[in-house]
Amino acid sequence: MSNAQAQKSVLWDWLTTVDHKKIGIMYLVAGGFFFALGGLEAILMRIQLMFPNFDFVTAQTFNELLTMHGTTMIFLAAMPLLFGFMNYIVPLQIGARDVAFPFLNSLGFWLFLFGGVLLNLSWFLGGAPDAGWTAYVPLSSEYSGTGIDYYVLGLQISGLGTLIAGINFLVTIINMRAPGMSMMRMPLFTWSSFVASALILFAFPALTVGLLLLMLERLFGATYFAVDVGGNVVIWQHLFWIFGHPEVYILILPAFGIFSEVLSTFSKKRLFGYSAMVFATLIIGFLGFMVWAHHMFTVGIGPVANAIFAVATMAIAVPTGIKIFNWLFTMWGGRIQFTTANLFAIAFIPSFVMGGVTGIMLATSAANYQFHDTYFVVAHFHYVIIGGVVFGLFSGAFYWWPRMFGYKLNETLGKWFFWLFLFGFHLTFFVQHFIGLMGMPRRVASYLPGQGIDELNFVSTMGAFLMSVAFILLVVNVIVSVKNKSEADPWDGRTLEWAIPTPTPEYNFAQTPLVRELDALWYEKTHGNGKIKAAEPLDDIHMPNGSILPIFMSLGLFLASFGLIYQVHPVTIIGLAITLGAMFIRSIKEDHGYHIHKEDIKKEEGVG
Amino acid sequence: MAEAVKHEQTLPSHPEKATLEGKNKFLGFWFFLGGETVLFASLFGTYLGLRNGVADGPTSQDLFHLDLVFIMTMILLTSSLTSVFAMINMKKGNFKGLIIWMWATVFLGACFLGFEIYEFIVYVDYGLGFTTSAFASSFYTLVGTHGGHVLFGILWISTLLIRYRKAGITLTNAPKFYVASLYWHFIDVVWVFIFTVVYLMGV
Ligand code: HEM
Ligand SMILES: [Cu+2]
Repeated sequence: MSNAQAQKSVLWDWLTTVDHKKIGIMYLVAGGFFFALGGLEAILMRIQLMFPNFDFVTAQTFNELLTMHGTTMIFLAAMPLLFGFMNYIVPLQIGARDVAFPFLNSLGFWLFLFGGVLLNLSWFLGGAPDAGWTAYVPLSSEYSGTGIDYYVLGLQISGLGTLIAGINFLVTIINMRAPGMSMMRMPLFTWSSFVASALILFAFPALTVGLLLLMLERLFGATYFAVDVGGNVVIWQHLFWIFGHPEVYILILPAFGIFSEVLSTFSKKRLFGYSAMVFATLIIGFLGFMVWAHHMFTVGIGPVANAIFAVATMAIAVPTGIKIFNWLFTMWGGRIQFTTANLFAIAFIPSFVMGGVTGIMLATSAANYQFHDTYFVVAHFHYVIIGGVVFGLFSGAFYWWPRMFGYKLNETLGKWFFWLFLFGFHLTFFVQHFIGLMGMPRRVASYLPGQGIDELNFVSTMGAFLMSVAFILLVVNVIVSVKNKSEADPWDGRTLEWAIPTPTPEYNFAQTPLVRELDALWYEKTHGNGKIKAAEPLDDIHMPNGSILPIFMSLGLFLASFGLIYQVHPVTIIGLAITLGAMFIRSIKEDHGYHIHKEDIKKEEGVG
Repeated sequence: MAEAVKHEQTLPSHPEKATLEGKNKFLGFWFFLGGETVLFASLFGTYLGLRNGVADGPTSQDLFHLDLVFIMTMILLTSSLTSVFAMINMKKGNFKGLIIWMWATVFLGACFLGFEIYEFIVYVDYGLGFTTSAFASSFYTLVGTHGGHVLFGILWISTLLIRYRKAGITLTNAPKFYVASLYWHFIDVVWVFIFTVVYLMGV
């Protein structure tokens, strides 16, 4: 069969691609866009809070900004950006040519994108959702406009994409590993992506149900949350947090994985306590499901339940502490290189520990009555999410950029970016601990002067400006560095993704690699000839065909959502018919892909 | 392209897991069912939380009649059995047996769905609308989601049966049939829980 792909246009190629590397890059681009959008929303909020009684935006707009900021950052920025790295890097790290379900992989991306676009269209169509990213009922069920409908359906669609992505990674990591790549030889980033995917699998369906109920309640008059006819509002909180707490670990675990790779590479040492790291990751993943009610201490679930959930929450600090010490010992005695990637990893440690400490404070259920719903909580979760997840994303970006885009980001600009961002971040959020302790509630559009929080709020806003300046430096860096062509292994890497040529060939590995040790490439560098051994002779490589169907499946749901929101059910039916029709075509059309010929591979690899 | 060729005589004993694609599908589908389990668990939790929230509407004691539900349960359990027969035939390489037993499964599934629709109509007549009470909403949501799964299963399996009516067993379609039968068992197991938690505990 001939390579029909090659003749198609570039745009068509990207729209139909099932290549995990291209999908990874699309996740990064889309996630980066939403990250900037969420950042803009944050800056607008911080300007409003710069002075007491300030009149920059209305309270309604503030609520919408607040809701969209949180929702965007969690669902449309942090997670997709992590998926970008997972998609590109995980198959390379395990020596695979592709993921287990290339078609579903592309479907997952398009569902996420259409869901995200739907959610954001609410800005122009009657106002964005305004009930917080947690959308508590009855505020969201009875006192909010169409914005919440966009929230419900947008998240439902993008959540479906996330679920699909999670299953895909699980199966990829279990079934697609190269010979010799046993589970206990997998790089930590792959391990943490694996555990995070398992969390996605078991956490997201709870959100699916929550959103389904909220949708039925709002659009079809169901009464789960209507107390006057026997409903119960706490059910929403349970469903939301059964999903929501695992969600924060879905975010932080892959970031932990990135730090493990980066710290070990730039300390020129094997990761300290590899197996302890793996088990700590598994334990965190498991305990992550046992603690959701720590978000509900003040709801009134009773002292016994509160105590149990408090203790379970504090238990997570143990495996997390194990990890922190292992990172420190990895650096201990190493030849540390202070690259931008490594600076972010090093700065992560104290920043995240601070977030962990405030987490334990919050988990003290009695004290939580004082902290809950104040800026103290805001400070806590920004320390763990920015100091953890976002630092991880930046670290991973600087580390893997040469692999993904073939050029190195400028280190000088990178360091400026790092220091400005680090400083801005702590300036913004450190003071919020005190703002919260002094009693300023979270999610308020303004505050009165003379309560001792005016200056602190001003300082916080200044920090936010610094972070924006830093982010602009990153964008500049991405553009001006294009000329810094990178070699295939710029960091003297340890894992398989650095063993292949740059740019990465579409089949990844001309010959499936044979893995002989943990840190496979490093092992060959120190014990072999520096080249990965092949597990098979050079042969034709089978590749899956691209497909436009994922876009149609996602588009169908997108249309159906409008039908639901505006109760125009013919549109709903047409939308669903498009989706089901595309699924039907997919199901009856056997597509066996194509082959890349041995001769072409030889040419590309420059051998023979 | 070897997997597209018919191997009626030389099929391995587990044709559904003989290729990497088949293995991936198999494992991926198990994971999917894990997610579905959480989905139904959430719906069960919601129902249990709300089943006494009947407001002025009818209660479950007013409505449920075990005889109808018992017949439905038997039909669905039998449909699981027929799908097992289909899989046994598939592993033996008997394509005709596979097709016939799968159609039997579809037929029983459709009967079940018919009874369920009838049941809902009776309840609505009796005054239990979807919006009547929190009990009503959560009941229809849980049982209706299950019914939706049955409907999807019927459509899915019928599609496979029509698409492959003349194909014989191949390494491509064996995993598809296998996965569809797994799905069918799953729906069946969920129903057993519904029968217990909703109906037995509700009369
Ligand atoms: C040692 C680890 C941690 C502990 C003990 C902990 C504990 C807590 C507690 C008790 C709350 C509830 C505060 C309240 O509303 O009164 C909370 C909120 C929160 N935590 Fe953590 N946490 C930890 C780590 C993390 C991590 C790693 C993340 C994210 C990557 C995270 C993200 C959040 C978020 C987003 C909220 C606020 C949710 C909201 O109400 O909007 N936490 N944490
Ligand atoms: Cu939590």
